[in-house]
Amino acid sequence: MSDTLIQLKRIHKSFGAQKVISELDLDVYDGEFLTLLGPSGCGKTTILRMIDGFEFPDDGEILLDGEDLVGIPANRRATNTVFQSYALFPHLSVRENVGFGLRMRKVPKAEAAKRVDEALALLQLESLAGRRPSQLSGGQQQRVAIARGLVNQPRVLLLDEPLGALDLHLRRQMQLELRKFQKTLGITFIYVTHDQEEALTMSDRIAVMNGGRIEQIDTPDEIYLRPRTRFAADFLGGANFLEGSLTPAGRGGSFSCEGAVFPLVNISGKPSAFTVRPEFVRLSSTAPEGPSIRGLVKACVFMGQVSRVSVRLPSGRLLHALTEGQSYAENAPVFVSWEPWRLCAVSD
Amino acid sequence: MIKKKSLSSGLIITLGILVLVFLYFPVAVVFIYSFNSDTINSFPMGGFSFKWYGSLFQNRELMTSLLNSLKVALAGTAIAVIVGVPAAYGMHRVHFPGKQLLNRIVILPMMLPGVITGIAILAFIQEAGIRQGMGAVILGHATFLLGTVLPQVYTRLRQLDKSLEEAATDLGATEVQTFFQVVLPNIKTSIIGAALLSVTLSMDEIPVTYFLNGTFTTLPIKILGMTRNNFSPEVNAICSIILILSVAAIVASVAMNKKEV
Repeated sequence: MSDTLIQLKRIHKSFGAQKVISELDLDVYDGEFLTLLGPSGCGKTTILRMIDGFEFPDDGEILLDGEDLVGIPANRRATNTVFQSYALFPHLSVRENVGFGLRMRKVPKAEAAKRVDEALALLQLESLAGRRPSQLSGGQQQRVAIARGLVNQPRVLLLDEPLGALDLHLRRQMQLELRKFQKTLGITFIYVTHDQEEALTMSDRIAVMNGGRIEQIDTPDEIYLRPRTRFAADFLGGANFLEGSLTPAGRGGSFSCEGAVFPLVNISGKPSAFTVRPEFVRLSSTAPEGPSIRGLVKACVFMGQVSRVSVRLPSGRLLHALTEGQSYAENAPVFVSWEPWRLCAVSD
Repeated sequence: MIKKKSLSSGLIITLGILVLVFLYFPVAVVFIYSFNSDTINSFPMGGFSFKWYGSLFQNRELMTSLLNSLKVALAGTAIAVIVGVPAAYGMHRVHFPGKQLLNRIVILPMMLPGVITGIAILAFIQEAGIRQGMGAVILGHATFLLGTVLPQVYTRLRQLDKSLEEAATDLGATEVQTFFQVVLPNIKTSIIGAALLSVTLSMDEIPVTYFLNGTFTTLPIKILGMTRNNFSPEVNAICSIILILSVAAIVASVAMNKKEV
């Protein structure tokens, strides 16, 4: 997982007057499952299309194995895409769909047949090989689309929100399967989604994108536990933001807000705010050891496994906490606290 | 209230029937008289007979004009398809200013009165040094048939999922391979549908043909001539045959265009 397979260097891209990607750098490692996560319009699909050759950057380089891709047309790149709409050929059978790429690239018939068989077996499509796409369910079409890409043994498989059209149950199942194929085959996957759950469960690394830039690129747990920007913290999982004053900056400093002083563990750069995830907030009716903020329960909503409690802080700001089982009466006074290392500094 | 409603709906139904009778009674008359054993169209008919269908095939001039019409229809349709399909694909793939305008303009030769299309093409072929005759008629038909083929195929292309072509490219297909392996099979039925419609439109075309034919005679022009001199009941028979074939072709054309969408 150390060799860089794809490098995007200082990519700029505009559609007309609208700037979609600006000054973007991205390294994709060989064999990793990288997810581009962000809201619609953040430029994630454009990146995918630039790697595949359907869009060209206005400026910058895209290197695959050190070779510049920009001059190479889409049909001669060692990349394959699984399209959002699947884009299966309606006039061809499942087997012919899967074999299409090999036929176009003039792979000898015997070898092509063998590879198609392997791909059909891998995705458990053998029994459907003779059917037309219109005779398949959404999940089956999805598998055909993946098999059609994988059979060409691309250096990288690009997946553009491939699970978007499936129902929740099937989506969860496909998430696990996709992850499994990716690991077994060792092919690099670049996966585009706006679904944070998908990103967290499948990826080796997640690049959180916003407004044509990568806000943070890290492993799922790193991004979740130590978000570095306000956007990354909020987009993945939701977060409470706290504003206060920082005294003296750097290690060993402290952060005072809402009348309490918290020691700092995670801090780097110039933070604009501090964040703590709702599930890391502890509530207690008596003052805990260490620093805490006194607040009033505004609302308590039972959600099954957990209850979501909104607490009004002295400043009037609301803070959300997830608690297991306990319920709180409205306007009950509570003490809010957290483990010092749960407090993360974020920048804008 | 209920009575009033049933009264007005009764009126609508009566009117509807009258309109249908007005439209189709003459056609029915032609069809029925084609089986008349008498030479004169009069009711009651003298008897039931297939003799006009028989004598039809003995009529050498009529058969020649039928063959001419078929030649023109097939050649005109072929040209319209060969020009229209790539043109539609080009319009689909390439963005250029005035594309929508072109899509409308191309229908004009068909929408305009045949006299205008006829005169325009006549003026053109005279400038180009082409003489009136079969070639000119084929050219004229191809021009207005293009107006049915191009928009139909273009509409079908626009309904085609754009990512199908991208998927083909992604899987290594060249532009030409993408067209023949992916695009063409998926617009095939609309091409066949447009071609069937073109053949029927060409088969009964008079005004454009009249300006361009010279001494060359197509079936509708021959029939027009036959009714003018002395009306022959063979006309009823040939019209009935054309009627049945046209209806079949139009039904097939509509069915083809509905398919795959």
